[in-house]
This record gives sequence, structure tokens and C-alpha cells, in this order.
Amino acid sequence: LAAQDARSPPSQKRRTEDSTSTGELQPMPTSPPADLQSPGAADALFSSPPQFRPSPIPLDFDISSPLTYGTPSSRVEGTPRSGVRGTPVRQRPDLGSARKARQVDLHSDGVAEDVATEQTFGQKLVIWGTDVNVASCKEKFQRFLQRFIDPLAKEDEDIGLDLNEPRYMQRLEEINVVGEPFLNVNCDHLRSFDENLYRQLICYPQEVIPTFDMAANEIFFDRYPDSILEHQIQVRPYNALKTRNMRSLNPEDIDQLITISGMVIRSSQLIPEMQEAFFKCQVCAFTTRVEIDRGRIAEPSVCKNCNTTHSMALIHNRSMFSDKQMIKLQESPEDMPAGQTPYTVALFAHNDLVDKVQPGDRVNVTGIYRAVPIRINPRVSTVKSVYKTHIDVIHYRKTDSKRLHGVDEETEQKMFTEERVEMLKELSKKQDIYERLSSALAPSIYEHEDIKKGILLQLFGGSRKDFTHTGRGNFRAEINILLCGDPGTSKSQLLQYVYNLVPRGQYTSGRGSSAVGLTAYVMKDPETRQLVLQTGALVLSDNGICCIDEFDKMNESTRSVLHEVMEQQTLSIAKAGIICQLNARTSILAAANPIESQWNPKKTTTENIQLPHTLLSRFDLIFLMLDPRDEAYDRRLARHLVSLYYQTEEKMEEEYMEMAVLRDYIAYARGYVNPRLGEEASQALIEAYVDMRKIGSGRGMVSAYPRQLESLIRLAEAHAKVRFSEKVETIDVEEAKRLHREALKQSATDPRTGIVDVSILTTGMSATARKRKEELAQALRKLIQSKGKAPTLKYQQLFDDIRAQSDTAVTKEMFEEALRALADDDFLTVTGKTVRLL
Amino acid sequence: AQNDPNSDWEKKVTEYFKDKLKENNATNWVPSLNDVPVHYLKPNSLVKFRCMVQDMFDPEFYMGVYETVDPNTNARVLHFGKYRDVAECGPQQEIDLNSSQTVTSERQTFYCVPVPGESAWVKEISFFGLVYQARVSPSTSYTPSRHKRSYEEDEDMDLHPSKQKEQHIGSGGDIHGCVEPKRLETEASAGHHLISPNCSPPLDLNFPLPGEKGPACLVKVYESWDSFKVNDVLEVYGILSVDPVLSIVNTEERDSSALDPMECMDTAEEQRVHSPPASLVPRIHVILAQKLQHINPLLPVCLNEEESKTFVSNFMSELSPVRAELLGFLTHALLGDSLAAEYLILHLISTVYARRDVLPLGKFAVNLSGCPRNSIFTEHIYRIIQQLVPASYRLQMTIENMNHSRFIPHKDYAANRLVSGVLQLASNTSLVVDETQLEQGQLDTTGVHNVTALGNLITWQKVDYDFNYHQMEFPCNINVLITSEGRSLLPSDCQVHLQPQLTPPNMEEYMNSLLTAVLPSVLNKFRIYLSLLRLLDYSISDEVTKAVEEDFVEMRKSDPESVTADDLHRTLLVARFLSLSAGQTTLSRERWLRAKQLEALRKARLQQQKCVNGNEL
Repeated sequence: LAAQDARSPPSQKRRTEDSTSTGELQPMPTSPPADLQSPGAADALFSSPPQFRPSPIPLDFDISSPLTYGTPSSRVEGTPRSGVRGTPVRQRPDLGSARKARQVDLHSDGVAEDVATEQTFGQKLVIWGTDVNVASCKEKFQRFLQRFIDPLAKEDEDIGLDLNEPRYMQRLEEINVVGEPFLNVNCDHLRSFDENLYRQLICYPQEVIPTFDMAANEIFFDRYPDSILEHQIQVRPYNALKTRNMRSLNPEDIDQLITISGMVIRSSQLIPEMQEAFFKCQVCAFTTRVEIDRGRIAEPSVCKNCNTTHSMALIHNRSMFSDKQMIKLQESPEDMPAGQTPYTVALFAHNDLVDKVQPGDRVNVTGIYRAVPIRINPRVSTVKSVYKTHIDVIHYRKTDSKRLHGVDEETEQKMFTEERVEMLKELSKKQDIYERLSSALAPSIYEHEDIKKGILLQLFGGSRKDFTHTGRGNFRAEINILLCGDPGTSKSQLLQYVYNLVPRGQYTSGRGSSAVGLTAYVMKDPETRQLVLQTGALVLSDNGICCIDEFDKMNESTRSVLHEVMEQQTLSIAKAGIICQLNARTSILAAANPIESQWNPKKTTTENIQLPHTLLSRFDLIFLMLDPRDEAYDRRLARHLVSLYYQTEEKMEEEYMEMAVLRDYIAYARGYVNPRLGEEASQALIEAYVDMRKIGSGRGMVSAYPRQLESLIRLAEAHAKVRFSEKVETIDVEEAKRLHREALKQSATDPRTGIVDVSILTTGMSATARKRKEELAQALRKLIQSKGKAPTLKYQQLFDDIRAQSDTAVTKEMFEEALRALADDDFLTVTGKTVRLL
Repeated sequence: AQNDPNSDWEKKVTEYFKDKLKENNATNWVPSLNDVPVHYLKPNSLVKFRCMVQDMFDPEFYMGVYETVDPNTNARVLHFGKYRDVAECGPQQEIDLNSSQTVTSERQTFYCVPVPGESAWVKEISFFGLVYQARVSPSTSYTPSRHKRSYEEDEDMDLHPSKQKEQHIGSGGDIHGCVEPKRLETEASAGHHLISPNCSPPLDLNFPLPGEKGPACLVKVYESWDSFKVNDVLEVYGILSVDPVLSIVNTEERDSSALDPMECMDTAEEQRVHSPPASLVPRIHVILAQKLQHINPLLPVCLNEEESKTFVSNFMSELSPVRAELLGFLTHALLGDSLAAEYLILHLISTVYARRDVLPLGKFAVNLSGCPRNSIFTEHIYRIIQQLVPASYRLQMTIENMNHSRFIPHKDYAANRLVSGVLQLASNTSLVVDETQLEQGQLDTTGVHNVTALGNLITWQKVDYDFNYHQMEFPCNINVLITSEGRSLLPSDCQVHLQPQLTPPNMEEYMNSLLTAVLPSVLNKFRIYLSLLRLLDYSISDEVTKAVEEDFVEMRKSDPESVTADDLHRTLLVARFLSLSAGQTTLSRERWLRAKQLEALRKARLQQQKCVNGNEL
């Protein structure tokens, strides 16, 4: 383990004595200055002059030789490095907690020559048990730091970095400016730079990382000799490709560098862990330090100075502690095979990594995987044959911290292999990809092609546009869809399918959900008595789809919270002292049943489902799922259903594969494709919009609003995404138009005139209906006026009269509405069964 | 071969046991943890256990091979750690934790409980082995308390030299043998009392259903644990480990936790749950584990084998009389309503045989409406179902129950375990929901969640387990029968309105006499019938498909309002189960017509009911 030369037995011996707690300060090794081979020892002495402070440096110089960082070579050169000397070394408990075990092992095995010397001189030493040569490893890493330029770097990821300059040198400069002595190194970069070094890092992190530290510090203090840091720079590698999934951890990963993702479910309080105990003799005041050894402190029974037994007492104030925290990480739900429970793994965070994550956070953790035997009882020799495992955390990366910046996180999360991407791209080139995908969607649901297409576009979503600087905020990119229709037309099934397909889907039923359940609520944590904000379905489905079944059954107050979500894509909460605005960039897929259980074709959509038109107009597409009454359809439906009932398992498997492909395809498109409007497409959209307005203006009414234009744009963008195209083209607009028209034709047709009329959706009443209402009111007024000066009229009488007079059928509702209109004009009042003129 | 680490003995062990267990009913020789209390079983002996996977713990790393050193002589010995909890070594030896010979291996722990709601007859028959195979007496001297144990047997057991190599374990076993039999005697008769006096507060053994008894067990699986899922029913053969040391670990660890930072990883709560006392929750180190298709002891375990095929064909040949008898029996039970009895048979043989994306196919939840309110009728219906199916549970849908019981399993992060709920049931469990118990009242949040979960279970055959930060969907396959007065508030695939033909003056007497009148052998036939038919395959020929198509189109033409796709779904289901119930694996034209006829009868009845209600109003 220790990079010592076989020629320096004194230091070796000293170590053994040390662990049995000889004393604070041994006489210095006799040959420090020129000793190239025990760099740590020599350097540590310099970096912490013992006479000045009770040093936080482990006294165990030699074992930590790669752990205490310094610049031995520089010393030989004789260049003064004030920086290195002035900056204290900080112990890395993240690397160290198991090192003793191996150390002891190595001695008890009698392998005193713990270094295999390949050459006579120290340059080619390897650390015991590994193939790591400290010097060459350091050199390689320095070369990496100095030269590495990331060819794949993206602008947005590294704000403020010059991509053509060595990346990590800029990072070091940043450290100099900011003063945070941690250098995060992406293992992927290292791998592309030097495969072998990467392998060494993964296999022997405990030895290699200190070497990296050493190298980084050397470069740093070479460049910025006057920089003052809290302690020396620590290198934190992340993104090791070794293990991604908690489920794939196995005994071979022990003591290796791994990166896994998961969700924090519990974190302990801060545990002060004693690193070094300070003992003082009660008799002669002789002091000694004892380092922790496998979690235990061996109390010295005899004072080395005065030989009194049991006179040593622990002085807490002068002992050294480091912060530690135990964290439980649970497998992310996406990584889990169906039908199994999630795995958990314990993490130990040290020093400044303590309290960096909270329960509920999604994190990527890089660290060293450890296994420690459980001792049943120190007095009994039997050992439980099970190891406890944990990960010593070196680096955290919150996966959803990005969300704050408004970048789609699925880009980060979903890793696609190259073949997969190739496959998806190949697929996207197919002419009929749109039809293919839409037919792969919920194959068990029969037909309803346009609805499936609409949902498909919803899954892809439009492009996000930011107009914050012009004061309009974000434009919504999510497409909202409402399905209404007869019961039993598999609306719920479609919703369930979508919910199962998307990673961040939520499924609720209007009947069972309250406003609170949809938005967020404040709860008092029973343990800490703190107020906690619990998020509801809408917030949870941020960047996903919220499926709401039985939309019509939802009560008024619940529905009202949807207004904000569906246009502004945010949720404002003011409750129990917490005022905040949460992101809820969710698409809504809702299903509603008609109010009279069967769809009444004689009524408009609004009348059929009794939803406020303010809400209806926020849906981009409203589809009717009706039960078509035609023989050919019935026949196909019957065949389809019968086939469901005896199909073989294999066919099912095939379809399941399709679902995985579909899921990846959507995730990829959502993450990587961001289409913009092309010139032609813009023109086409303008034309489409003008056309829509024209249709209405001919009859003196408006048939399209800017909201419809926005919907068209979103649909066109989504369609371009389906093709993996970065540019929205005319065909996208064509399809958007077609789909939009289809949906309108179904939902916004005035049943009385047969004309498509958007105002049914935007104002809840068709223009003709409004006109008819007015006419009736006028007719009624005339009728009353013709009756002369009678101050009161019988209600029933009046109703009968107007029915007799009118050439069309007048229903009671229409009559009452007309009365109300007249009452609003202060023409009359209605009290019970009498109508009084004013 | 203990000292040769290179041999592939591990494979051989499994092979050996597999072969041995195949030999002349060897499986019956192996004592079962289901029948025999832990105390009567020899530690470190082969046992079997029929159980459901309730929770899966994290995989654990253990010493597959370890080395011990004698500090005096420096003699080193290699040991195997597989199939053990404790790395043993002699009194004079120490384990060398840092030996280069140490091999770390991985195994997985499942927390298993007996199949929830397992009927009493399953337990009885699997113990006595009455029917299917002549049973050889099990290798322990234990028999359930109804057969009074003789004194000799007791002594015999105590005198049995335990074959442990290690002294302390031997003595531990002896303690169990000598001191406890008195107490155990009473325990055995009253079921196992799980709350031991020195363990407070009592450990919740996490049974899904309230009032369940039986041993919970930590099952350690050594290979292909990925193939098992939560709620799978397993039969495991393995080595029983009840080493008292395991329990000592518990207290010791808790005491020393302040000292040892390595040990404080887990909360005390988690410790308690993950290493409960071995006397309460024994460990089984699995040698062989197999998923069970069914738990009916009257049927061969695996239906694909040659000998079981003859069993199946023999039974199929006498199927129709069995069906007729069963129909008669159920008609009596349902107070003379043969239509309801017919539907009940279809319901009892239904099973989810496939899923099309989210749609479970083959579920047939029946709502038996028109049940007399506040009578013991529903209770007796459940008693009869209990006699027929291997696993069942009666859920009394009272406001109290809905608001206060735990339906959905949820993750307890403090203890790091999945706390079970009523809806965590094994496949093909019959869940009888008694809605006649429901009064008017207020459901609170839990109540609403519970009702929603129950509804989801019926419609989608899945339960969303609550993982606090997210939910996870677990598919299930549960037969739900809802008994209610009017139409149930829960969804169902088909509503059958009960029309009693007779009103017995004393329901209790009537039902009791009904049950006693059935011969045990006939009852067993019913049981085989219901379990077996569920496992059959089924298909529809092209010809019949055509006919069905025609029929549907015709029906739609004549009455487009009332005939929907849902009706076709249901009729197809009824036809499927109708065919299967007659032992036919393809749909014939006659069956299709019969299914339509049944549906028509059922619908007419509902229509009639509506009219009656309308008149009353």
C-alpha cells in the first residue's frame, strides 16, 4: 500500500510503533531532505511544523505517503513553494476508512516488502497490491490536467469556460479565484485521454486519488504560489462508468470506484467521528495521540513516560473529529425490474459533503464501495459471516438540480447507447414513422387513429420558448388533450396506457382528487415539527403527463387550480406561511363523460360535459370518442376483441418490446430534438390562421383566436419532433392543421347548424345560439308590451303564449333564459309564478 | 470436500438434492415449517417451507470461503460459508479476516410469510397427505396437537443426540428441546403465540392479513434471485438456521453501537426488522426453490410432468359429474339460485392469463347483488368459498374498516421494510368483499385511498404500493367477489342479482347441514376442479371467430343502444370460462350461444330489478 522504498526500514518500523501509540512526535527520520522515496513523510513535516499547531495531519506519515500531498520533486529542485507549505493538508476520510485493515493485513502476512521494486530506483515503484506507480501516475494525471480539451463539450454545460483551452487548467484557475479547494474530474474525460490511468483509478481509487491530489496541488501551487486555500486541493472524480445501477453491484466492485444513481431516502444526523484520540497521563501530564483503528480506539493502559498503569485519560477537546453522515440511497424507480422491491445502499459522507443532500433528492453518487465484516462480539471469536456494505462518498451530483435552470433533465438521465441512438435515428427516417408510432400506441385499443395521433404529439410536446425578457414569460410547450365521449369507449384504458408509458406520469381520478391532492399541501413533519411542503400530482408530473380521469366529476374548486397550470405552467401556493410558485410544466390528458351518461349529439360539447369554457379553451385538442354505429366497424371491433381472448404469449412479448422502443424514441426526441419554425412553415401557419379567421368572419363571428394559433404551432413542432427534424416544415403544419381541424370538427360543431364554430369552446355557446337567445328575448319583450299595462303576468300563461307565437319550439330553459335576459335589462322581475313589470 | 475450495461442489449440492427429492416421495419426508413449530425442528437440518415473498431485502455479501487460524499452532484451515449465517470456528481458532483466501460471495434475503389467507384444509391436507399420495410420516416426531403426542415421543426427541459439530449450537438446541416443550404444547394447540415475553415491544411480523398466524422466515437465496418477485408463492427446500447467536447479535450490536461507528449505519428499528431473533423468525438457506403455480395440495405440484399428465387426464374424464355436483352444491348455498351459482363457478375459475398493455385479460370480478342485509348469509357464502379455494380473505367493508385498516403496502424507511397491507395477496387468492356491512358515514383520507386502491385492484388488477416518494405498481391476480345489497359502489365485471328460491328459517343450520352433507371426497373433487381448470389453455378457432363477429354485428344492428364493446368483452369472458368449466379448451358455437343466453338471463334479471325498484319509488 505505502509507496515506500524497501531501503527505508526506519520509517516502516516507526509506523508500527505509532499505531501502538508511542507518542506525538517521533524524532524525524534521519534522512529527510534527499529522500525521494518517502515523499509523504518528508513533505508532511514541512507542511505542518509541529511546534506551531497541534497538527490535523495524521502522524502516520508513511502510510499516508500518497495521502499527504506534497511536492517532493520540487523540494529536490530547491524551488521554494510557500503555497504548498502554508496550505494544510486535510485528511480524506472518504478514502481512508478501510485502509488500516489492509495495512495490518500486509504486516501480519509478513510481507514486509510491501513495495515491489521494479527498478532499483524509486521511479518505478508500484503500490503494494496494485500496479500503480506513483510517479508515472502522477505525471500522467498532470499531463491530463494540462492538456485535456474536451472535444464534445457543449456550450451550456460549462458556462464561462473556453472550450479550446485545457479544461481543467481553467478549473484550477477557478479554484484560485473562488477558493473552493475541490477539483471535480469527469472520469469520462480521463478515459478518453488515458484508458490505462482510468482503469487504475477505477480499480485502486484509494491509492490513485491521493496521487491525483498530489499532482493537482503541484500544478496549482506552481501556477498560483501565493494562493491561500483552506486546505490543499482534493480531486473528486465523478461519472465513473463502472456501475450505473444499484442492482448490478456485486462483490467484485468492493474497494473500487463506482458511480450509481438513486434517490436519497434517509439521512442521519451529523456524527462526529473521532479520527484521533488525545490522551493525557493524569500523573505526569505526558500526552499521546491514538489514531482510530477499524472504528476503535485502543486506550493506552500504561503511560510511556512514567510507567503508571491506567493513568491515561481521554481529553475530548484536543482529540480530532471529522464530520460524518450516514445516508440511505434507494434505487430509482426507473431502474427497477417490475415486481421487485427497490434496493438500498448506505452511503457515508464526510466533512463538507455532509448535509449536501436531502431525502427525496435524486443523486448520482461516486464513491468507493466498501464491505466490512460484522463482528458479533469482540470477546467471541465467531463472526457473522455477512459483510456490511457501504459507499464512501467522494462526489455527489444531484440529477434534478438542473431543473432549476429549466433544462430538460431527461437529457441527463436517460443514457442511450450508440447502437440505440443509431436504431432510433434509422427508425426516424422511415416515411411512415408517424403512423407507425401512433399504431404502436395502445394497440389493445381499437382504432381511434386521430386520437392516438393527438396523444402521440402530446407525448412529444412542442419546443419550449422563453419570452421572459419581453415580459410574457414562458410559452407553454405542453399540449393538453381532453377526451370526451360515451362511457365504455376505453378512455380510461388509454389514460392508463399513457400513464404507464411515460416516466413522469401521474394518474388521478377527478372523483377522488381534491385541489390539495393535485397541487401541494403543507404538512407538519411528525418528527421535526417542521412544516414540509408535500407536492401533489400536478407538480409531481412536472415534465411529464398528468392523466385525469373523470374530469367532469371534479369539483369546482379543484378544477379552478387547473387554470393556472394549463396556461402558465406554474402553481402558486400560499398556505400556512409558505408562499411559493412551483413549476408544473405538465401536459394534461383528461377524460370526461357526458353529463347524461350518453353523448347527446343534439347538444354542443360544452352542454354535453358541462365544463366551463374557460377551461375548455385551454385544451389544444378536444376529441370525441364516440361509439360509431356502422357494421364494418363492428365487425373489425369484434375480430379485434376476440383475438385478444386467445392470443399467445409470444405476440404479447413482441408488443412489449415495441413499447420499450416507443418509450426510448420519445425520450430521445424530447431530450435532443428542439425544432424551430422554418420560413415556409411560418408562412403556412399564418395562412392557416388567416383562413380560420376568414371562415368565421363571413358569418360575422370569430372562429379562431390566438390560442388556436399557439396550439397549431405546438402541434407542428411536436410533429417535427416525431421526425427528429430540427426544423418545422410545411408537412408538419399540414398535419397540425388536419389534426386540429379533425378535433374541432368533432367537438366544436354547432349541432343546430352543422358549422364548425370555435366560440362553442371559447364562450361556451355557439354564435347562432346566442343570436337565437337574443331574438327570443326580443320577441318576449314585444309580447309583454303588446299585452298593455298589466303590472303582473302569470308565468305559465306567458310561456304558453310565447310558444304559441313562436314558429320554432321554445323549451322551458330557453324561456327562462329569455326572462333572465329581460330581468337583467331591468324590464321585469320574476317572483315565483308571477312576472312583474317594472 | 469441505477443504477443497476448487471443486464445483456447489452445483453438485443442488443436483444431489434435486435428485434425492425426486426419489419416492422424498418431498414428503422433509418436515415443513408450515406444519411443524420451529422448536421441534432440528437446527441445521433440511426443511421445506411454502410461503409468499413479502419483502426483499438488500443483497448481502458473505464470506463464501474463509480461513481460520489457531493462534497457538498457527494452523490454517479453510471453511465454507455458504448456507450459514455464522462463520464458525473452533474454540481455539480465530477467523482471519484479512486472509487472501477469503472469497466474498453474494446472496439475497427474502422476507417470507405463509401464503396469506391459506385455507385450513390446505394446511391439513398438506400435512397428512391424505389424497394425492400416500404419506410417509415426516421425519420429526411432531404431529399437530389434535393427535395427542405420547410421552415417549417427547423423550425420544430430547434424547436425540443433536448432530451439530459446534458445541455451543448443540447446547442451544438442547435448551430448546428440554426447557420449552411444556410451553410449546399449549402453543401448538393455540397456534403460535408470536409475542415472546422477553421481546418488547412485540415484533410485528408483517403479515398482510390481520390475525394471521404462522412462522415468518428469512429466506436466503443463493442463485437466480432475480427471477423471483414480490408476492410470488414459493416452495423452498433449505437448511434451517436458528442459531441463537443470531439473536445475541441483536442486543450486542445495540449496546455497542455507541462505540462502533461502523455499526451505527442502521437504526435500531432497522436492526430489529432485518435481524429478528432466530427463534421467532428462523432463517432458511435455500438449496432448491421453486415458484408454485398453485398451492392446492390435492394437485401435483407441477402439471407439466409425465405422471401429472395422467392425473389430469384421469380427472378430466370425470369432469362433467363433478361440475354438475358443484353446481348443485353452490345452488343450494346460494339459496336455490342456479344462475348465480353458474356465475360463481365462472368466477372461481377465472384468472388473469395475460395482459395487453395495461389491460388485464381474464379477470372476472362478480358483484353479487341482492344479498340480504345484515344477515349471516354473506358470512356463510365466504365459509363455503373458503372450503373450496386454497386461499381466500373476507374483507368486511365497514366504514371503520375502510378508515382504519392498512390496505396498501407502504415502505417504512426507518425500518427499511415494506409494511404489508390487506391488498398484498398472492395470485389467485379469492377476495370476498362484503359490502352489506357498509353503513352511511364519512370516509377519511385513508378510507378514500383504500376504496380507490380496491377499485384499481378490481379494474386493473394492480396495486400501487406506496414508497413515500413515489408509487410503484405491482400487478396482481386476485379474484374479487363483491356481495352487496344493491349495485356495488366498487367496479365489477359483471353484476348478478341474487334471486333466492327458498328462505331457510335458520340460515346457520341450513349452511352447516349443507357443509356436513358433502362428503370429504366430493369436496376434494370440487377443490381439484376449481384449481385445475384455472391452469388450462384456451383458444378460439377462426371459424368461431367469424360466427362471433356475425353475431356481434347482428346484435348491434338490432339494438345499438344497449350492446357495446363492453358487452362483447364480457360475453367472450363468460364463453371462455364456460368452455373451460366443461373442460373444453376451444370455444364451440354451442358454448357461445349458451354464454349469450346466460348473459341475457342475467341482464333480464337486472332489468327486472330496476323496474321493481322504480315501482317502489
